[in-house]
Amino acid sequence: MEVGIVSYGAYVPRYRIKPHEIAAVWGVDGDAMSKGLGIQSKSVPGPDEDVITIAVEAARIALSRCKIDTKDIGSIYVGSESHPYAVKPSATIVAEAIGATPDLTAADYEFACKAGTAAIQTCAGLVGSGSIKYGVAIGSDTSQGAPGDALEYTASAGGAAFIIGSENVIAKINRTCSYTTDTPDFWRREGEKYPSHGGRFTGEPAYFKHIISCAGNLMKKQDTKPSDYNYAVFHQPNGKFPVSVAKKLGFTKEQIKEGLLTPVIGNTYSGAVMIGLAAVLDVAKPEDRILMVAYGSGAGSDSFDITVTDEIEKLNRNGTQSVSALIKNHKFVSYATYAKYMGKIHLRGA
Amino acid sequence: MAIPRFWREIPSRYNLIGTECGNCGKRYFPPRIICPQCHRKSFGKMKNVRFTGSGEIVTYSVIHNAPKAFEMQVPYIIAIIEFEEGVRATGQIIDCEVEDVKIGMKVSPAFRKIGEDGKSGVIYYGYKFKPA
Repeated sequence: MEVGIVSYGAYVPRYRIKPHEIAAVWGVDGDAMSKGLGIQSKSVPGPDEDVITIAVEAARIALSRCKIDTKDIGSIYVGSESHPYAVKPSATIVAEAIGATPDLTAADYEFACKAGTAAIQTCAGLVGSGSIKYGVAIGSDTSQGAPGDALEYTASAGGAAFIIGSENVIAKINRTCSYTTDTPDFWRREGEKYPSHGGRFTGEPAYFKHIISCAGNLMKKQDTKPSDYNYAVFHQPNGKFPVSVAKKLGFTKEQIKEGLLTPVIGNTYSGAVMIGLAAVLDVAKPEDRILMVAYGSGAGSDSFDITVTDEIEKLNRNGTQSVSALIKNHKFVSYATYAKYMGKIHLRGA
Repeated sequence: MAIPRFWREIPSRYNLIGTECGNCGKRYFPPRIICPQCHRKSFGKMKNVRFTGSGEIVTYSVIHNAPKAFEMQVPYIIAIIEFEEGVRATGQIIDCEVEDVKIGMKVSPAFRKIGEDGKSGVIYYGYKFKPA
Protein backbone atom coordinates (compact mmCIF):
# COMPACT_ATOMS: atom_id res chain seq x y z
CA MET A 1 0.00 0.00 0.00
CA GLU A 2 1.28 3.46 -0.93
CA VAL A 3 1.25 5.67 2.16
CA GLY A 4 2.02 9.34 2.09
CA ILE A 5 0.94 12.94 2.43
CA VAL A 6 -2.54 13.72 1.08
CA SER A 7 -2.51 17.39 2.02
CA TYR A 8 -0.67 19.82 4.27
CA GLY A 9 -1.00 23.23 5.87
CA ALA A 10 1.37 25.48 7.78
CA TYR A 11 0.69 28.37 10.10
CA VAL A 12 3.05 31.02 11.48
CA PRO A 13 1.81 33.83 13.77
CA ARG A 14 2.08 37.32 12.30
CA TYR A 15 4.30 38.98 14.89
CA ARG A 16 8.10 39.03 14.67
CA ILE A 17 10.91 40.28 16.89
CA LYS A 18 14.50 41.00 15.86
CA PRO A 19 17.48 39.71 17.87
CA HIS A 20 18.65 43.31 18.28
CA GLU A 21 15.47 44.14 20.27
CA ILE A 22 16.16 41.25 22.65
CA ALA A 23 19.90 41.94 22.87
CA ALA A 24 19.32 45.62 23.76
CA VAL A 25 17.34 44.60 26.86
CA TRP A 26 20.09 42.30 28.14
CA GLY A 27 23.05 44.50 27.20
CA VAL A 28 24.29 42.10 24.54
CA ASP A 29 25.64 42.86 21.05
CA GLY A 30 22.63 42.31 18.76
CA ASP A 31 24.72 42.02 15.60
CA ALA A 32 26.89 39.36 17.21
CA MET A 33 23.83 37.36 18.40
CA SER A 34 22.17 37.65 14.99
CA LYS A 35 25.32 36.55 13.19
CA GLY A 36 26.25 33.87 15.72
CA LEU A 37 22.83 32.22 15.59
CA GLY A 38 22.06 32.96 11.93
CA ILE A 39 18.78 34.64 12.94
CA GLN A 40 17.30 37.83 11.49
CA SER A 41 13.94 37.57 13.26
CA LYS A 42 11.68 35.09 15.03
CA SER A 43 7.90 34.69 15.15
CA VAL A 44 5.94 35.66 18.25
CA PRO A 45 2.45 34.31 19.00
CA GLY A 46 -0.34 36.85 19.49
CA PRO A 47 -1.88 37.15 22.98
CA ASP A 48 -4.75 34.89 21.89
CA GLU A 49 -2.63 32.25 20.18
CA ASP A 50 -1.29 28.99 21.57
CA VAL A 51 -0.34 25.49 20.38
CA ILE A 52 -3.99 24.56 19.92
CA THR A 53 -4.99 27.62 17.86
CA ILE A 54 -1.89 27.19 15.67
CA ALA A 55 -2.64 23.48 15.22
CA VAL A 56 -6.26 24.20 14.27
CA GLU A 57 -5.29 26.91 11.75
CA ALA A 58 -2.72 24.59 10.12
CA ALA A 59 -5.14 21.63 10.03
CA ARG A 60 -7.92 23.77 8.55
CA ILE A 61 -5.59 24.95 5.77
CA ALA A 62 -4.64 21.32 5.05
CA LEU A 63 -8.32 20.33 4.88
CA SER A 64 -9.26 23.31 2.69
CA ARG A 65 -6.80 22.13 0.05
CA CYS A 66 -8.22 18.64 -0.45
CA LYS A 67 -11.64 17.06 -0.62
CA ILE A 68 -11.65 14.55 2.19
CA ASP A 69 -14.58 13.91 4.51
CA THR A 70 -13.48 14.86 8.03
CA LYS A 71 -15.44 11.85 9.32
CA ASP A 72 -12.88 9.64 7.52
CA ILE A 73 -10.11 10.94 9.80
CA GLY A 74 -9.23 8.06 12.11
CA SER A 75 -6.47 9.63 14.17
CA ILE A 76 -5.15 13.01 15.26
CA TYR A 77 -1.84 13.41 17.04
CA VAL A 78 -0.54 16.80 18.13
CA GLY A 79 3.18 16.98 18.87
CA SER A 80 4.40 19.88 21.02
CA GLU A 81 6.59 20.79 23.97
CA SER A 82 4.29 23.68 24.91
CA HIS A 83 0.80 22.15 25.13
CA PRO A 84 -1.50 24.67 26.90
CA TYR A 85 -2.72 22.01 29.32
CA ALA A 86 -0.46 19.70 31.34
CA VAL A 87 -3.46 17.36 31.57
CA LYS A 88 -6.12 17.54 28.85
CA PRO A 89 -5.20 16.77 25.28
CA SER A 90 -4.69 19.45 22.64
CA ALA A 91 -5.69 16.80 20.09
CA THR A 92 -9.31 16.56 21.30
CA ILE A 93 -9.82 20.30 20.82
CA VAL A 94 -8.22 20.18 17.36
CA ALA A 95 -10.37 17.15 16.45
CA GLU A 96 -13.54 18.99 17.50
CA ALA A 97 -12.52 22.18 15.69
CA ILE A 98 -12.02 20.40 12.38
CA GLY A 99 -15.18 18.33 12.70
CA ALA A 100 -13.47 14.95 13.03
CA THR A 101 -15.07 13.83 16.33
CA PRO A 102 -16.13 11.42 17.74
CA ASP A 103 -15.08 8.27 15.85
CA LEU A 104 -11.30 8.60 15.98
CA THR A 105 -8.33 8.19 18.25
CA ALA A 106 -6.51 11.31 19.46
CA ALA A 107 -3.49 11.96 21.63
CA ASP A 108 -0.73 14.44 22.33
CA TYR A 109 2.93 13.75 21.74
CA GLU A 110 5.95 15.32 23.41
CA PHE A 111 9.50 14.81 22.17
CA ALA A 112 11.08 18.29 22.22
CA CYS A 113 11.36 19.38 18.57
CA LYS A 114 10.45 16.08 16.91
CA ALA A 115 7.04 15.31 18.41
CA GLY A 116 5.34 16.28 15.13
CA THR A 117 7.33 13.86 12.99
CA ALA A 118 6.64 11.10 15.54
CA ALA A 119 2.97 11.87 14.83
CA ILE A 120 3.56 11.42 11.07
CA GLN A 121 5.17 8.03 11.73
CA THR A 122 2.23 6.87 13.88
CA CYS A 123 -0.34 8.01 11.31
CA ALA A 124 1.62 6.36 8.49
CA GLY A 125 1.70 3.13 10.49
CA LEU A 126 -2.05 3.19 11.14
CA VAL A 127 -2.83 3.98 7.48
CA GLY A 128 -0.36 1.37 6.25
CA SER A 129 -1.91 -1.33 8.44
CA GLY A 130 -5.36 -0.48 7.11
CA SER A 131 -6.63 0.54 10.58
CA ILE A 132 -7.61 4.06 9.48
CA LYS A 133 -8.28 5.88 6.20
CA TYR A 134 -6.68 9.21 7.11
CA GLY A 135 -4.55 10.41 10.00
CA VAL A 136 -3.71 14.01 10.88
CA ALA A 137 -0.19 14.62 12.22
CA ILE A 138 0.52 18.05 13.66
CA GLY A 139 3.65 19.68 15.04
CA SER A 140 2.92 22.96 16.81
CA ASP A 141 4.77 25.01 19.39
CA THR A 142 4.85 28.36 21.18
CA SER A 143 8.24 27.80 22.71
CA GLN A 144 9.74 29.95 25.42
CA GLY A 145 13.34 30.68 26.22
CA ALA A 146 14.18 32.04 29.67
CA PRO A 147 14.61 35.85 29.55
CA GLY A 148 18.21 36.62 28.61
CA ASP A 149 19.02 32.99 27.71
CA ALA A 150 20.44 32.23 24.24
CA LEU A 151 17.21 30.35 23.51
CA GLU A 152 15.22 33.58 23.79
CA TYR A 153 16.67 34.70 20.45
CA THR A 154 15.39 31.63 18.59
CA ALA A 155 12.42 30.02 20.43
CA SER A 156 9.40 30.96 18.32
CA ALA A 157 5.89 29.88 17.37
CA GLY A 158 4.35 28.04 14.44
CA GLY A 159 3.11 24.70 13.25
CA ALA A 160 2.15 22.47 10.38
CA ALA A 161 -0.40 19.74 9.81
CA PHE A 162 -0.06 16.78 7.45
CA ILE A 163 -2.94 14.58 6.39
CA ILE A 164 -1.60 11.07 5.93
CA GLY A 165 -3.45 8.57 3.75
CA SER A 166 -3.18 6.12 0.89
CA GLU A 167 -5.45 7.71 -1.72
CA ASN A 168 -4.61 10.79 -3.80
CA VAL A 169 -1.17 10.92 -2.19
CA ILE A 170 0.75 14.08 -3.21
CA ALA A 171 4.02 12.88 -1.69
CA LYS A 172 4.78 9.23 -1.02
CA ILE A 173 6.68 8.32 2.15
CA ASN A 174 9.13 5.71 0.79
CA ARG A 175 10.62 4.97 4.18
CA THR A 176 11.03 6.48 7.61
CA CYS A 177 13.53 5.50 10.26
CA SER A 178 14.58 6.82 13.65
CA TYR A 179 17.66 7.04 15.86
CA THR A 180 17.11 7.36 19.60
CA THR A 181 19.39 7.60 22.66
CA ASP A 182 19.22 8.98 26.20
CA THR A 183 21.03 12.32 25.80
CA PRO A 184 20.27 15.07 28.34
CA ASP A 185 20.93 18.09 26.08
CA PHE A 186 17.71 20.04 26.70
CA TRP A 187 14.81 19.56 29.10
CA ARG A 188 12.07 21.24 31.08
CA ARG A 189 11.05 19.80 34.45
CA GLU A 190 7.36 19.49 35.38
CA GLY A 191 6.02 22.85 36.61
CA GLU A 192 8.97 24.84 35.31
CA LYS A 193 8.12 27.73 32.98
CA TYR A 194 11.37 27.79 31.04
CA PRO A 195 13.55 24.98 29.67
CA SER A 196 17.21 24.32 30.51
CA HIS A 197 19.94 23.16 28.17
CA GLY A 198 23.46 21.87 28.19
CA GLY A 199 25.01 24.81 26.33
CA ARG A 200 27.61 23.63 23.81
CA PHE A 201 26.73 20.02 24.67
CA THR A 202 23.60 20.48 22.49
CA GLY A 203 25.79 20.40 19.35
CA GLU A 204 28.06 17.45 18.61
CA PRO A 205 26.76 14.62 20.87
CA ALA A 206 23.15 15.69 20.45
CA TYR A 207 22.02 17.46 17.25
CA PHE A 208 24.84 16.41 14.91
CA LYS A 209 25.26 12.82 16.09
CA HIS A 210 21.55 12.01 15.86
CA ILE A 211 20.82 13.74 12.55
CA ILE A 212 23.92 12.38 10.81
CA SER A 213 23.32 8.82 12.11
CA CYS A 214 19.61 8.88 11.28
CA ALA A 215 20.05 10.37 7.79
CA GLY A 216 22.94 7.98 7.14
CA ASN A 217 20.89 4.95 8.20
CA LEU A 218 17.99 5.98 5.98
CA MET A 219 20.14 6.56 2.91
CA LYS A 220 21.89 3.24 3.49
CA LYS A 221 18.56 1.39 3.73
CA GLN A 222 17.25 3.17 0.64
CA ASP A 223 20.56 2.86 -1.21
CA THR A 224 20.52 6.61 -1.95
CA LYS A 225 23.10 9.38 -1.81
CA PRO A 226 22.66 13.12 -1.15
CA SER A 227 22.65 13.95 -4.87
CA ASP A 228 19.54 11.74 -5.34
CA TYR A 229 17.48 14.33 -3.46
CA ASN A 230 16.16 17.60 -4.89
CA TYR A 231 15.47 19.00 -1.43
CA ALA A 232 16.63 18.31 2.12
CA VAL A 233 15.06 19.66 5.30
CA PHE A 234 16.97 19.34 8.56
CA HIS A 235 15.86 20.36 12.01
CA GLN A 236 16.77 24.01 12.42
CA PRO A 237 17.23 25.14 16.05
CA ASN A 238 19.17 28.12 14.69
CA GLY A 239 20.30 29.27 11.26
CA LYS A 240 23.74 27.66 11.52
CA PHE A 241 23.28 24.00 12.61
CA PRO A 242 21.23 22.88 9.56
CA VAL A 243 23.73 24.46 7.14
CA SER A 244 26.58 22.75 8.94
CA VAL A 245 24.88 19.32 9.15
CA ALA A 246 23.93 19.51 5.46
CA LYS A 247 27.56 20.14 4.56
CA LYS A 248 28.76 17.28 6.77
CA LEU A 249 26.29 14.90 5.09
CA GLY A 250 27.21 16.07 1.59
CA PHE A 251 24.16 18.21 0.74
CA THR A 252 24.48 21.56 -1.04
CA LYS A 253 23.14 24.92 0.13
CA GLU A 254 20.80 24.84 -2.86
CA GLN A 255 19.17 21.61 -1.62
CA ILE A 256 18.38 23.02 1.84
CA LYS A 257 17.52 26.61 0.85
CA GLU A 258 13.77 26.16 0.32
CA GLY A 259 13.13 24.41 3.63
CA LEU A 260 15.38 26.56 5.80
CA LEU A 261 13.10 29.07 7.53
CA THR A 262 14.65 29.52 10.97
CA PRO A 263 16.63 32.63 9.90
CA VAL A 264 13.32 34.53 9.44
CA ILE A 265 10.80 32.78 11.73
CA GLY A 266 13.07 31.30 14.40
CA ASN A 267 12.94 27.76 15.78
CA THR A 268 9.31 26.65 15.81
CA TYR A 269 10.35 23.45 17.63
CA SER A 270 7.83 20.70 16.72
CA GLY A 271 6.80 22.83 13.76
CA ALA A 272 10.33 23.40 12.45
CA VAL A 273 10.99 20.64 9.90
CA MET A 274 7.28 20.32 9.21
CA ILE A 275 6.92 23.98 8.14
CA GLY A 276 10.17 23.49 6.19
CA LEU A 277 8.63 20.48 4.41
CA ALA A 278 5.46 22.52 3.74
CA ALA A 279 7.59 25.26 2.15
CA VAL A 280 9.28 22.64 -0.07
CA LEU A 281 5.91 21.09 -1.05
CA ASP A 282 4.69 24.61 -1.97
CA VAL A 283 7.17 24.63 -4.87
CA ALA A 284 7.92 20.92 -5.48
CA LYS A 285 7.24 19.23 -8.81
CA PRO A 286 6.21 15.62 -9.48
CA GLU A 287 9.10 13.14 -9.08
CA ASP A 288 11.04 15.51 -6.78
CA ARG A 289 12.69 13.58 -3.96
CA ILE A 290 12.89 15.06 -0.46
CA LEU A 291 14.91 14.04 2.60
CA MET A 292 13.52 15.33 5.89
CA VAL A 293 15.33 14.76 9.18
CA ALA A 294 13.87 15.98 12.47
CA TYR A 295 15.75 16.19 15.73
CA GLY A 296 14.28 16.26 19.21
CA SER A 297 16.34 16.80 22.32
CA GLY A 298 16.43 14.04 24.85
CA ALA A 299 17.22 12.76 22.17
CA GLY A 300 16.21 11.34 18.82
CA SER A 301 15.92 11.87 15.09
CA ASP A 302 13.23 10.82 12.60
CA SER A 303 14.17 10.73 8.93
CA PHE A 304 11.86 10.50 5.94
CA ASP A 305 12.53 9.65 2.30
CA ILE A 306 9.71 11.28 0.31
CA THR A 307 8.86 11.31 -3.40
CA VAL A 308 6.44 13.91 -4.79
CA THR A 309 3.71 12.47 -7.07
CA ASP A 310 1.69 13.84 -10.02
CA GLU A 311 -1.21 14.44 -7.59
CA ILE A 312 0.54 17.53 -6.23
CA GLU A 313 -0.44 19.42 -9.36
CA LYS A 314 -4.12 19.04 -8.36
CA LEU A 315 -3.61 20.58 -4.90
CA ASN A 316 -4.34 24.29 -4.39
CA ARG A 317 -0.92 25.54 -3.31
CA ASN A 318 -1.31 29.22 -4.14
CA GLY A 319 -2.55 32.28 -2.34
CA THR A 320 -2.45 33.42 1.23
CA GLN A 321 -1.98 29.91 2.60
CA SER A 322 1.52 29.29 1.22
CA VAL A 323 4.47 29.42 3.60
CA SER A 324 6.01 32.33 1.69
CA ALA A 325 2.76 34.32 2.08
CA LEU A 326 2.72 33.56 5.83
CA ILE A 327 6.30 34.80 6.10
CA LYS A 328 5.55 37.98 4.14
CA ASN A 329 2.54 38.84 6.35
CA HIS A 330 4.39 40.07 9.41
CA LYS A 331 4.60 42.88 11.92
CA PHE A 332 7.67 43.60 14.05
CA VAL A 333 7.11 44.21 17.75
CA SER A 334 9.22 45.72 20.50
CA TYR A 335 10.57 43.68 23.43
CA ALA A 336 7.92 45.28 25.67
CA THR A 337 5.09 44.08 23.42
CA TYR A 338 6.78 40.68 23.07
CA ALA A 339 7.03 40.37 26.85
CA LYS A 340 3.35 41.28 27.17
CA TYR A 341 2.21 38.79 24.50
CA MET A 342 4.37 35.99 25.91
CA GLY A 343 3.01 36.43 29.43
CA LYS A 344 6.36 37.49 30.83
CA ILE A 345 4.76 40.41 32.68
CA HIS A 346 3.23 39.70 36.09
CA LEU A 347 -0.16 41.36 36.45
CA ARG A 348 -1.77 42.36 39.71
CA GLY A 349 -4.16 39.63 40.84
CA ALA A 350 -3.12 37.29 38.02
CA MET B 1 -18.02 31.24 32.23
CA ALA B 2 -19.57 28.05 33.56
CA ILE B 3 -17.96 24.94 32.07
CA PRO B 4 -21.30 23.33 31.06
CA ARG B 5 -22.33 26.47 29.16
CA PHE B 6 -19.06 26.62 27.23
CA TRP B 7 -19.21 22.90 26.52
CA ARG B 8 -22.77 23.20 25.18
CA GLU B 9 -21.71 26.05 22.91
CA ILE B 10 -18.62 24.30 21.45
CA PRO B 11 -20.28 23.50 18.07
CA SER B 12 -21.15 27.15 17.42
CA ARG B 13 -17.97 28.58 18.93
CA TYR B 14 -15.56 26.24 17.10
CA ASN B 15 -17.36 25.53 13.86
CA LEU B 16 -19.96 28.29 13.47
CA ILE B 17 -22.89 25.89 13.66
CA GLY B 18 -26.18 27.80 13.60
CA THR B 19 -29.73 26.78 12.84
CA GLU B 20 -32.25 27.10 10.04
CA CYS B 21 -35.99 27.08 10.59
CA GLY B 22 -37.55 24.17 8.67
CA ASN B 23 -40.80 26.14 8.48
CA CYS B 24 -39.79 29.57 7.13
CA GLY B 25 -36.15 28.96 6.14
CA LYS B 26 -34.72 31.78 8.25
CA ARG B 27 -31.19 31.15 9.51
CA TYR B 28 -29.85 31.97 12.96
CA PHE B 29 -26.45 32.36 14.56
CA PRO B 30 -25.91 31.57 17.40
CA PRO B 31 -28.32 28.63 17.09
CA ARG B 32 -31.90 28.88 18.30
CA ILE B 33 -34.09 26.05 19.54
CA ILE B 34 -37.27 27.77 18.34
CA CYS B 35 -37.74 30.20 15.41
CA PRO B 36 -38.88 33.54 16.92
CA GLN B 37 -41.07 34.12 13.85
CA CYS B 38 -42.73 30.71 13.52
CA HIS B 39 -42.88 29.87 17.24
CA ARG B 40 -44.49 26.45 17.81
CA LYS B 41 -44.66 25.77 14.08
CA SER B 42 -40.87 25.45 14.17
CA PHE B 43 -40.88 22.81 16.93
CA GLY B 44 -38.68 19.91 15.89
CA LYS B 45 -37.96 21.57 12.56
CA MET B 46 -34.83 23.56 13.44
CA LYS B 47 -31.91 22.14 11.46
CA ASN B 48 -28.22 22.64 12.15
CA VAL B 49 -26.38 24.70 9.52
CA ARG B 50 -22.64 25.29 9.31
CA PHE B 51 -21.74 28.85 8.30
CA THR B 52 -18.50 29.72 6.52
CA GLY B 53 -17.82 32.73 8.74
CA SER B 54 -16.58 34.66 5.72
CA GLY B 55 -18.26 37.97 5.20
CA GLU B 56 -17.83 41.67 5.74
CA ILE B 57 -17.72 44.18 8.57
CA VAL B 58 -21.09 45.91 9.07
CA THR B 59 -19.81 48.16 11.85
CA TYR B 60 -17.08 48.14 14.45
CA SER B 61 -15.84 49.72 17.64
CA VAL B 62 -12.27 50.18 18.91
CA ILE B 63 -12.00 49.16 22.56
CA HIS B 64 -9.59 51.17 24.71
CA ASN B 65 -11.16 50.45 28.09
CA ALA B 66 -11.39 46.69 28.23
CA PRO B 67 -12.69 44.07 30.65
CA LYS B 68 -9.88 42.60 32.77
CA ALA B 69 -9.43 39.51 30.59
CA PHE B 70 -8.75 41.64 27.52
CA GLU B 71 -6.58 44.38 29.06
CA MET B 72 -3.46 42.94 27.40
CA GLN B 73 -4.97 43.38 23.96
CA VAL B 74 -6.06 47.06 23.97
CA PRO B 75 -6.66 48.78 21.68
CA TYR B 76 -8.59 46.05 19.87
CA ILE B 77 -11.46 45.93 17.42
CA ILE B 78 -14.90 44.42 18.02
CA ALA B 79 -17.12 44.22 14.95
CA ILE B 80 -20.45 42.99 13.70
CA ILE B 81 -19.84 40.72 10.74
CA GLU B 82 -22.42 39.80 8.14
CA PHE B 83 -21.64 36.29 6.90
CA GLU B 84 -22.03 35.59 3.20
CA GLU B 85 -25.04 33.44 4.21
CA GLY B 86 -26.76 36.56 5.56
CA VAL B 87 -26.61 36.04 9.34
CA ARG B 88 -24.65 38.37 11.62
CA ALA B 89 -22.25 37.72 14.48
CA THR B 90 -20.19 39.83 16.84
CA GLY B 91 -16.50 39.10 17.08
CA GLN B 92 -13.02 40.46 17.54
CA ILE B 93 -11.00 41.51 14.47
CA ILE B 94 -7.42 40.30 14.73
CA ASP B 95 -4.22 40.57 12.68
CA CYS B 96 -5.40 44.06 11.70
CA GLU B 97 -4.21 47.46 12.86
CA VAL B 98 -6.82 49.79 14.37
CA GLU B 99 -6.15 52.37 11.62
CA ASP B 100 -6.72 49.78 8.87
CA VAL B 101 -10.18 48.52 9.85
CA LYS B 102 -13.04 49.68 7.59
CA ILE B 103 -16.77 49.13 7.26
CA GLY B 104 -17.32 46.77 4.33
CA MET B 105 -13.92 45.11 4.83
CA LYS B 106 -13.88 41.41 3.86
CA VAL B 107 -13.01 39.05 6.71
CA SER B 108 -12.62 35.32 7.24
CA PRO B 109 -12.87 33.34 10.48
CA ALA B 110 -9.90 32.42 12.67
CA PHE B 111 -9.62 30.03 15.61
CA ARG B 112 -8.34 31.79 18.71
CA LYS B 113 -8.27 31.75 22.49
CA ILE B 114 -11.25 33.76 23.73
CA GLY B 115 -10.60 33.57 27.46
CA GLU B 116 -9.68 31.40 30.41
CA ASP B 117 -10.83 30.82 33.97
CA GLY B 118 -7.60 32.08 35.50
CA LYS B 119 -4.28 30.24 35.27
CA SER B 120 -5.67 26.95 36.58
CA GLY B 121 -9.06 27.00 34.84
CA VAL B 122 -10.42 25.91 31.50
CA ILE B 123 -9.27 27.72 28.34
CA TYR B 124 -12.09 28.87 26.08
CA TYR B 125 -11.53 28.79 22.33
CA GLY B 126 -13.69 30.14 19.56
CA TYR B 127 -14.01 32.29 16.47
CA LYS B 128 -12.50 35.67 15.76
CA PHE B 129 -12.13 37.30 12.34
CA LYS B 130 -9.14 38.42 10.31
CA PRO B 131 -8.84 40.43 7.09
CA ALA B 132 -9.57 38.11 4.14
